[in-house]
This record gives sequence, structure tokens and C-alpha cells, in this order.
Amino acid sequence: MDVLEKLTILTDAAKYDAACTSSGASRPAKAGYVGNTTSTVSGCCHSFSADGRCISLLKVLMTNFCVYDCKYCVNRRSNDTRRTMFTPRELSELTLQFYRRNYIEGLFLSSGVLRSPDYTMEQMIKTLRLLREEYRFNGYIHAKAIPGSSPELIEQLGLLADRLSVNIELPSEAGLRSLAPDKTKGAILAPMRQITQRNLQAREELMKYRHAPRFAPAGQSTQLIVGATADSDLHILRLTQGLYDRYRLKRVFYSAYVPVVEHALLPARDVKPPLLREHRLYQADWLLRFYGFRAEELFGPQQENFDLRLDPKCGWAITHPEFFPVEVNTADYEMLLRVPGIGVTSARRILRARRSGALRMEELKKLGVVMKRAQYFLTASGRMTQGLRFSRESLLSGLIAAENASLPQAEGVQLSLF
Amino acid sequence: MKEITYCYDGSFDGFLCCIFESYVRKEIPTAIFCDGDPFPALFPSCFIETNAHHARRVFCKVKYLSPYAGNILQRAFLTCMPEKEIFLYRLVERLLREGPSFLRRQTDNTLYPLLTAIRHLQNEAHLLKGFLRFSDLNGVLGSEIQPKNQVLPLLQGHFCARYHQERFFIYDRTHHQALFHVPGKSVLQPLSFFEMAPPDSQEAHYRLLWKRFFDTVAIRERENPVCQRTHLPKRYRGTMTEFQEATEFKSPGSPAAVPAPGVPGGISAPERLLGSEPSVPGSSP
Ligand code: SF4
Repeated sequence: MDVLEKLTILTDAAKYDAACTSSGASRPAKAGYVGNTTSTVSGCCHSFSADGRCISLLKVLMTNFCVYDCKYCVNRRSNDTRRTMFTPRELSELTLQFYRRNYIEGLFLSSGVLRSPDYTMEQMIKTLRLLREEYRFNGYIHAKAIPGSSPELIEQLGLLADRLSVNIELPSEAGLRSLAPDKTKGAILAPMRQITQRNLQAREELMKYRHAPRFAPAGQSTQLIVGATADSDLHILRLTQGLYDRYRLKRVFYSAYVPVVEHALLPARDVKPPLLREHRLYQADWLLRFYGFRAEELFGPQQENFDLRLDPKCGWAITHPEFFPVEVNTADYEMLLRVPGIGVTSARRILRARRSGALRMEELKKLGVVMKRAQYFLTASGRMTQGLRFSRESLLSGLIAAENASLPQAEGVQLSLF
Repeated sequence: MKEITYCYDGSFDGFLCCIFESYVRKEIPTAIFCDGDPFPALFPSCFIETNAHHARRVFCKVKYLSPYAGNILQRAFLTCMPEKEIFLYRLVERLLREGPSFLRRQTDNTLYPLLTAIRHLQNEAHLLKGFLRFSDLNGVLGSEIQPKNQVLPLLQGHFCARYHQERFFIYDRTHHQALFHVPGKSVLQPLSFFEMAPPDSQEAHYRLLWKRFFDTVAIRERENPVCQRTHLPKRYRGTMTEFQEATEFKSPGSPAAVPAPGVPGGISAPERLLGSEPSVPGSSP
């Protein structure tokens, strides 16, 4: 089989992984090596595919052979599909040539389980070693650690990659037991714990010795499938929060389940992927990471799932009238961040701008505040936006209308899942 | 003071000399044009000669009063903002008259339009760090871009660091300028015309591989052209490999690129892999 065909098969099999960012690692160019990694918050997107997702890395599987039989996965043993495998050299060559042409920031290498987790990891390590040592590739590498592989191999992988990830996929143990019978919670969490500890240790050593080896310097991430099981938004976000707190994950990715297999335990094939729900979870995830929210705050006392019509921050704001209005000229950074329509950048700009005199409502737009949303929650020197009148109902409809039409197609279907 | 229109050679120094002359001659220009711009000669226009010494004096004065203003001057001059010269002139004029304190307020009417233009420039440069494509032309990497703003000075550092061991060039079609790099050295130079040679067979092969990857990685059930266009506006696609016509994937000397089963032109991914059922999410472990 030629490389073009292999690439097609192994890309097709890898495309459901949502993680495709190159953020979090900054490594300057080195003499005799190819490339560097640059660090910006948003990472660098090299293209956007027809589904509107950022392409930053060459995202492929080492192989799509798999001895496991996870029900939701295209690579499961029982699926009749064409199988193939890259040789380490083919993949290294491909990565390097793509990188030179500025197609990509680097490689995202994942794999089905060929023979055993350890054997699979050895193939991946061989590839990364070739790429780093012989081809002297200094760009970004994200590698997937295979659950169930031995700690020594994870150690080796972490010394070669910038970021490691272990996908949890199913947000609950019950889901795991029924849909991924070959995997256990323990087998997933053990490598995650190891990566967290090794990463911390390497950071400490690096402070003492300048040449201490770096272990997955861009940290680790994971992915959760949304909509394959009945887990609620609250459950998913609590899990996410725990992962950020306890495992110090850099990112949790969400992937709307695309039902294709007919299986009693999975949503029917005509159910659309819950894209809007996935979008709301990403927004909420953002609130956890940058806005100082806790998962529990985002839901009312009896509530377990988001009101899909509203972004989670607006949802929080309309149920907390006691917090508003916020005065732009005196509120501190944390308070400003809680206002819908004010983001991290605009909050900082407000702090800077108001040092040279009180801000007027008309100026806020120039600072990047989205007034269509923020107007309901702000005063400037004690005054609200002129002529603004609203009730609780008109507030709700105003906020819904303010969110632009670029939302993933509004679909009510997914609610019937539960 | 009397009113007048200035015309200069289009260089940054030339523009600084306009400021210099207006103070020497005690006149306020109502418009500043670049030589070659078509402009209505409603006012008497005066051509300002470029003088490096005068230019340096103006720039040093600005930087002395506010390094930030110096920075704005340099960057805003690279933008495609219409009549940027007169906006910048007013900024300098105010700086000299009332000192730098107004620069602290981002919403200021003199400052804000310039900051917006600079943000546009920086955003375009940021996108091009990803969207720019190289072709391997016998060992030299070549690229073409068609930006609205003059982004090459902003891209120089990034690409020279990343491809420090390569020989490469980037041609800006809009501003007829090119960045040349050989290990250890790089220059920005005017270049009036450039046309990329057709790919050799190896180059065509990698283009095809990339195009195939690009087409295959999209999830059909999630197709969203609006979202794609928001992130990757159409105007960038003209110079991006994955959006090129079939001819760009063939080397003239070699037989046509390997076609995918049943796909004419051989560049787009098959609708679905033969024998495989449409895929399900959940990646490898
Ligand atoms: S182990 Fe990974 S590749 Fe194999 S079936 Fe499960 S999810 Fe798919």
C-alpha cells in the first residue's frame, strides 16, 4: 500500500480526536535542528477543514489495527474495515516534509492497539525517536499514551513529546464498563497520574539544573465524548474540574458523539451529533479555566443540564440578579469577568483605560466589550445605557438574540436523548 | 498657517520628512499622498524630498516623548488604513503640542482608529504564520502571499527562526516586496514581479498528500462552511495549497498524480474509504 493510501486510512481513523492545538510549549530554534515551537494562547492554526475545525497538527494513527472492541469506535476489532500501519520512517518523512512547507506545527500521533499496549507504544516511541534524533525535528509533538502500557514506556514517550494525552472518552465508569469492556478506569487513570507527577518533577529539576530533561513540557490533555452515554452536563463539568484541579490537565476536549453504529446501548443512527451541547460545554470549560467559575455555580439547585439557548455565562447572570449591575469604573477584575460580554482582554483594557479618567458607556465598545450582551448588566458612573428598558423576559430574549447566527445549527433533537 | 497637500515617495522616512517640512514651513497639510497615488488636485500639492537626516530627527523626537508613540508610528505605517499618513500626522502633531498623556486612553479619537488598524495588521500577520505555504523549488522554499497589510516585517522574525537552516523567500504580491533568507542572513527587498514555477514530481506528491489529509480530516456529519469561512476567509485561500486547482498537484513532466478511486483529477479524498463504514467518534485509546 502506498503512503497516500495509508495516509487516507489513518487520517480517517484519527479524525474524531478533537485535540488539535499546539499551544503551551515554547522552544526556540536550535542549531542543527529543524524548526521550533512558539507559544501563543490560541496556538497556531494552519488551516480549517470543511467542518470548521482548526488544523494545526498532522493528526494520524500509527495503525488502525486494534485488539480492543470499544463499541463507539471505528477501529474496534469487530468492525470490518481496511487496516494498515505507517512505518516509523514513512511517518517521520511525512511530518518533516509537511512541516517544511508550513502545512503544520507538528505531529499528533495516536494509535489503535496492535498486539498489546506495550508493543504499540514501542512502535510510537520508535517513530518519535527517529523523528527527533535522526531527522532532528524540533517542532511540536503530541502523543497519545496507550492505557495499559508499562510506566517505563510512558516515561520514554514523555521525554520525546511536548504533550501527552490519555483519552477518558466515556465520562462515567458505568459507560466504560458497557461500551469499552476492555478498558478500566484504573488503566486510564494510572498513566494520567504518572504523567502529572513526572511533569511536576521535571519542572522542579529544571529549576535546579538547567539541562534537566523535559517531560511533556506542554502538559497533558484528555477527551470526553458527549452524548454517547446519559451523563449530564453537571457530571461532565465536575469531572473536568477534578481533572484540572487534581491532575493539572492543560485541556479537556469534548467531542460530540456521531452515531453511526447500530447498537442497543448507543443513541440511534439518525440522532444528530449534539454540536450545540458540545459548544456550551466548551464555553463552560472556558469559564472554569479563565473566569474563576466553579462547575457547581453554573447550575441551579435542581438543574443538571444547560439551557441550550443561552451561553453558560448569560445563564449564570440571569439567575444571579443580586450581583448586578456592575459598575465599570470601580469593579475589580474578577467582578468584571463575570459580566456577559466582557472577556479577559476587554476586562484588562477597562482596568487600564479607567486609570486616565472615568469611562463612559459609549467608550466600552471600543475596548472590545460586546454591548449587546453587557448593556443589561453594567453601569458607568452610576448610569445604565440610555433608553434601555427590560423585563426578565425581554432580557432573556435579548440575550438569545445577541448570540450570533454562527452557532452550530440549533437542534432540539439531542434533548430527546435523555 | 496656510493649508496644503503633501506628496512623498511612499517610504517611512519620506513620511517623516512631511512632518519635518510642515514644521519648518509652518503649514498644516490637509492630506498627505504617496507618489503615484491618483489624487484630485484640489489643493496646491507639494512634493517633499526624502532626507534621512531630517527623518531621523523627527523619529528621535517622537520616541523621546513617548517610545509607545514611536512604535505606533512604525506599525501603523505598515497598515492598509486609508489616509494613514494624515492620521499619523495628527497623532504626532498632538504629541508635540500636549505631551504623551492622551496616549494612555485607548478610546481617544486620535488614537483609536490607529490602534484598530494596527490590530488588523497584527491579526493578518498572525493568521499568515499558519496560512502561508511553501513549495520546495529544487531545495529552495518559495512562498507567495497576498495580504492587505504589509505583513512581511512582522513575519520576518517568525519564519527566519523557524526555518533558520533553510534557504527561502516569501513574495508579497500586494506590495511587490519579498523576504529573502539564507542561513544567518535575511533581507526585505522590493520585487516587482514573480511567478512560481510549476512543481516537480516530489513537490506535487507532497501537495497531493496534504490535500488528501485536509479533505479526509473533516468530519462530514459536522460540515460547517460558515464556520470555516469565519476562521479562514476566502481571500487567504488563493495562495493556500489545499484550495488550489487540480493542475497545481501535477508536475508537468510526470504522469498525472495518483487518482483516488473514482475521483477525477486525483486530488480530492474519496467520499468514503472503500470497504470502510462511515466512521464513529472515539479515537484510539
Ligand atoms: S482501544 Fe482505541 S482504537 Fe481500539 S477500539 Fe478502543 S478506542 Fe478504538
